[in-house]
Amino acid sequence: MRDVAIIGVGVTRFGEIWNKSFRAIGIEAGLKAIADAGLAGDEIDGLFIGNMSAGRFVNQQHIDALIADYSGMASNHVPAVRVEAGDASGGVAFRQAVMAVASGMHDTVLVGGAEKMTDLDDASVNSIVDATADAEWEAAMGLTFPSLHAMIARRIIHDGIATREEIASVSVNSHAHGALNPDAQFRKAITLDTVLKSGPVAEPLGMFDCAPISDGAAAVVLCPLEKAKEFTDSYVKVAAVAQASDTLALFQREDITTYGATVAAANRAYEAAGITAADIQVAEVHDNYTVGGILAVQDLGFAKRGEAGKTFLEGGYQVGAGKLAVNTSGGLKARGHPIGATGVAQIVEIAQQMRGAADKRQVANPRYGLAQSVGGTGSAVTVSILEAI
Amino acid sequence: MASIAKEWREIPGRYNLEGSKCPVCGKVYFPKRGICPECRRESLGKMEDYSVSREGEVYSFSIVHEAPAFTSKLKPYAVVMVRTTDGIMISGQLVDVNLEDVRIGMPVRAVLRRISDDGPSGVIHYGYKFVPN
Amino acid sequence: MEVGIVSYGAYVPRYRITPEEIGRVWGVNGKAMGKGLFINQKSVPSPDEDVVTIATEAARGMMARVPEVNPEDIGCVYVGSESHPYAVKPTSTIVAEAIGATPAMTAADLEFACKAGTAGIQMCMGLVGSGMVKYGVAIGADTSQGAPGDALEYSASAGGAAYLIGSEDLIAVINKTLSFTTDTPDFWRREGQEYPSHGGRFTGEPAYFRHITSAARMMMEAQGTTPDDYDYAVFHQPNGKFPTRVAAQLGFTNEQITQGLLTPEIGNTYSGAVPLGLASVLDVAKPGDRIFVTSYGSGAGSDAFDITVTDRISSYKREKAKTLAQVMENTVQLDYAKYALYKNKILMPE
Repeated sequence: MRDVAIIGVGVTRFGEIWNKSFRAIGIEAGLKAIADAGLAGDEIDGLFIGNMSAGRFVNQQHIDALIADYSGMASNHVPAVRVEAGDASGGVAFRQAVMAVASGMHDTVLVGGAEKMTDLDDASVNSIVDATADAEWEAAMGLTFPSLHAMIARRIIHDGIATREEIASVSVNSHAHGALNPDAQFRKAITLDTVLKSGPVAEPLGMFDCAPISDGAAAVVLCPLEKAKEFTDSYVKVAAVAQASDTLALFQREDITTYGATVAAANRAYEAAGITAADIQVAEVHDNYTVGGILAVQDLGFAKRGEAGKTFLEGGYQVGAGKLAVNTSGGLKARGHPIGATGVAQIVEIAQQMRGAADKRQVANPRYGLAQSVGGTGSAVTVSILEAI
Repeated sequence: MASIAKEWREIPGRYNLEGSKCPVCGKVYFPKRGICPECRRESLGKMEDYSVSREGEVYSFSIVHEAPAFTSKLKPYAVVMVRTTDGIMISGQLVDVNLEDVRIGMPVRAVLRRISDDGPSGVIHYGYKFVPN
Repeated sequence: MEVGIVSYGAYVPRYRITPEEIGRVWGVNGKAMGKGLFINQKSVPSPDEDVVTIATEAARGMMARVPEVNPEDIGCVYVGSESHPYAVKPTSTIVAEAIGATPAMTAADLEFACKAGTAGIQMCMGLVGSGMVKYGVAIGADTSQGAPGDALEYSASAGGAAYLIGSEDLIAVINKTLSFTTDTPDFWRREGQEYPSHGGRFTGEPAYFRHITSAARMMMEAQGTTPDDYDYAVFHQPNGKFPTRVAAQLGFTNEQITQGLLTPEIGNTYSGAVPLGLASVLDVAKPGDRIFVTSYGSGAGSDAFDITVTDRISSYKREKAKTLAQVMENTVQLDYAKYALYKNKILMPE
């Protein structure tokens, strides 16, 4: 197995991108990443796309071929693969691409993630999102995706792991960082009161506990670490890519106040990278609902059970506030959550942090950064660790 | 039309909470499984039908305000995770309840209700929901 | 062979609306209307309830009270209703599946206005009595509709009861049943019509009263009984007024009919009405009690039953399901707007 490097990144603005189609958004991020890597484009010998549901969002299947074609790679007959793992589609696509390079099967790979959600009405979007849980035994029975996370939040509050205010403060943390990210969907800091008083979606969670409906795409270019210098001086090492699964339905778990798949993926990733949670200085975590931020920080080992919420509430995960900054991009809540793009966008953010290119939200001299991507209610989790060179 | 067979084949689970029991370790699962995650190959082809208890208590809950079209007349409505008296966890709606009374530990029982339909001329899908017990 | 009731179960939805609230919308003195009809409130089904769910809840209560009965020994399931959710596709198969009685059995949906439930009991008696089946299930249930603004809107309600008919371990023996049937178009609903129509005052004397009194008198003559021989009497109850009057005409007292008269608190449950009234009586009946029952279905006909409660009712596990008094606790009053939403009276986008 070879070490793998990220040599280029690209991301579109996230948000309601009314004037651009799915294919236009996808290509934009990919071309930015190729340009950032200093490539001509012909070097790319493999393409991986994370996408959850173009088939339902824009009625387009076979988007691997679509992206290969519109990014100009069809003429070279570059193999293209579409990866779907619910909300974790981008994270899993990244891992597949890293494995392709590490194995020696591919040399220079573009991995993208894209989703176009705003071409459908909200009710249709919600129904697609609900289907990332167990469609037969959760969604079909009237359980919405937010309500599943609300039940986790309810139980976390009941068991004394975090308070409602602490859970809400995850959103405050993300919005504060989103204000510093020009590509974020919401670039405005908010107060705790805004979250607590937002209209109820699935009690106890309100509108400001939930990531928005977004369009957007992100991409990174990978190559073997030993070849990275041939293309750029500004590259980042992929120290680990780990993945774990859990039951599809939330109700099948013994304990819903922890994501076993996050714990397992994190342990695998730390072992592969030869580090511990304490070595991570910046993390992008899956806060599609605020309670996800609490679960992530706890299950990734950044805080003991029962202590994650306290640090969020105190602002301790802000850039510059402590040893670890969380969701410097704005997270899913403020940067936006175009589902298939999210896992790759997290990698882009951590790569930029490792390169020292994160501008106003730059963490001081980071060596290790981590991205956690979650599919469903913890049914699939990827944990990737990047290392600054 | 597409959901006719898809829902029809789930009737034992939807109406009567029929799940599976592993004859090797005795563990019970809902919905049905073809293999016991504990015993794996040893249980393959041996899983037995098992009707889960219709009574239990609320393990967690939420009040849904943003609802899909098929539940819009009921909103806001409660959804619950229920630990049945035989130890199985099942999720569903909790109806015929004053929303301010819903709490963790509340005793509930499963009843048959309309879940959704395929439009005014389509098939009606029935299944379990919970009511206070 | 003695044939009778092995078990029973009953269910009424929890929502209610008053005649006063309905009258408020239509510019009618609903309170006076309610007083005249002797209806204080009527039950309303939740949007997720219909004849299938009501019949199932009643049938599951019925089965819970006789855990020793194997549902696979049920040979027939009949559900009588004028508001089956499907015009074509039986309610009874769904209910049968939900109580585990399928597949070695027969089933059919019945319709005879408000007496389809008691017609089902008679059919089960025939099949049990002939030895064709061990147990039969007869259910009367409705989620009846009255046209908005029509007099029926003040009474048409929802509920149902289920009866397990057999020949062993009876909690009540059905000593005899007979019917009085003619062609009398007092109330009807044409195919494809949303709401039923009726003949106004024509539904009284030549319809309800003639059929009930005729069947009742035939029964007492056949059995050599008088009203004094019965502890309870249950008559079809489209409102509270008709059964009170017909009881008086036949010589029954208010004391005999009160326990079986639910209409004042739940409205007219149509096919569910007499089955529910009888269930209410069985909820309190003691060994040896004799019950007189006469249903009425528009169109028109009456089924009369002479029933004697057995000693077995003392050991019968009545507590395994809710009694009607318990079912009727914790009701929730609706305003007309919510009622209109629940009863599909609001035009919704496709």
